[in-house]
Amino acid sequence: MISVLALIFLWLGVVFVLLGALGLARFPDLYNRMQAATKCVTLGVCGIMIGIFLRSGFNPLGIKALLAAVFILFTVPVSSHALVRGSLIAGVRLWKGTVRDDFTADRGAPSIIDNAGAGEEEK
Amino acid sequence: MARRFAYFIAGWIIWLLLGWTLNYQEVVAGAAVALIAAGMFGGYLPLQPRKLLNPVRWFWLLVYIPVFAWQCLKANIDVALRVLSPGLNLKPGIVKIKTNLKSDIAKVFLANSITMTPGTLTVEIKDDTLYIHWIEIRSDDPEEMAKMIKGPFEFFLKKIFD
Repeated sequence: MISVLALIFLWLGVVFVLLGALGLARFPDLYNRMQAATKCVTLGVCGIMIGIFLRSGFNPLGIKALLAAVFILFTVPVSSHALVRGSLIAGVRLWKGTVRDDFTADRGAPSIIDNAGAGEEEK
Repeated sequence: MARRFAYFIAGWIIWLLLGWTLNYQEVVAGAAVALIAAGMFGGYLPLQPRKLLNPVRWFWLLVYIPVFAWQCLKANIDVALRVLSPGLNLKPGIVKIKTNLKSDIAKVFLANSITMTPGTLTVEIKDDTLYIHWIEIRSDDPEEMAKMIKGPFEFFLKKIFD
C-alpha cells in the first residue's frame, strides 16, 4: 500500500518536472518562464522527495529527503524573486503582450515592454 | 539573547534530524555546531522568540499547511494546463497590491505563498506594497486584484505571525 502511494508521488513529481521544463521552452519571455520554473519544478521535486520518504520510511535517507523538500519550499520562491527583480531592474524585455508594468512605472524608468517587431514570438 | 537561544535549539534539532541518530557523538557535535551558528547568525532571526511559545500561533500554522498545500497543487495544475494549451492563454503584467501585515517575517511568508499560487510571482516588497508578476490579469480593480492574488493567506498569516 505504502509503496503504491510512493510510486504515485514519484510519478506525479516526474510529470510536473517535465511540464515545468516544457513551460520553460514554450513561454515567451523570462518572466513567464520563471512562473513555470518555480511552480512546477518546486512541486515536482517535493513530490519526488515525499515519494522517497514513503519508500524508505523513518531512516536517515527518508528524513533527509523530507528536510530537503522543506528547504526547497522555502528557498525557491526567494531565488525566483531575486532573479525576476534583478532582470526587471537590468531591463530585460517583457513580452509584447504584457498589459501593464507597475514596477517599472513606479521606479520612473522608461517602459521595457517589448514593442512590435520582435521576431521570436511571431512564430 | 532569546533569539540566539531559539536559533540554537532549531539548529540543533535540524542537525539531529539530518543525522537521525541519538549517538552521543552526534548530539555533542550538533550542539557545538549549533552554538557556533547561533553565535554568528542568531541576531538576524526575524522572529520575536516569545511569539514562538504561543500555542495558538502553532495551531494556526498547522491549519495553514493544508490550505497552502491545496493552493500549491491548484497552482501547478493551472500552470500545467497553460503549458499544454495550444494558445498559451497569456495576458501577463506586473501589478501592485497592498498588504496590512506588519512584521517582516509575515510579509516574507505572504510573498513566498503568493509565488507558489496560480500564475503569480512576487517581484518586490516596499513597505506595505507588493509588486506581483501575474500571468493572466483578470481584473483592473485594485481591491479585487488584491483579493484574487492574496487568497486566504493573509488571514492565516496575520494569526500566525502578527
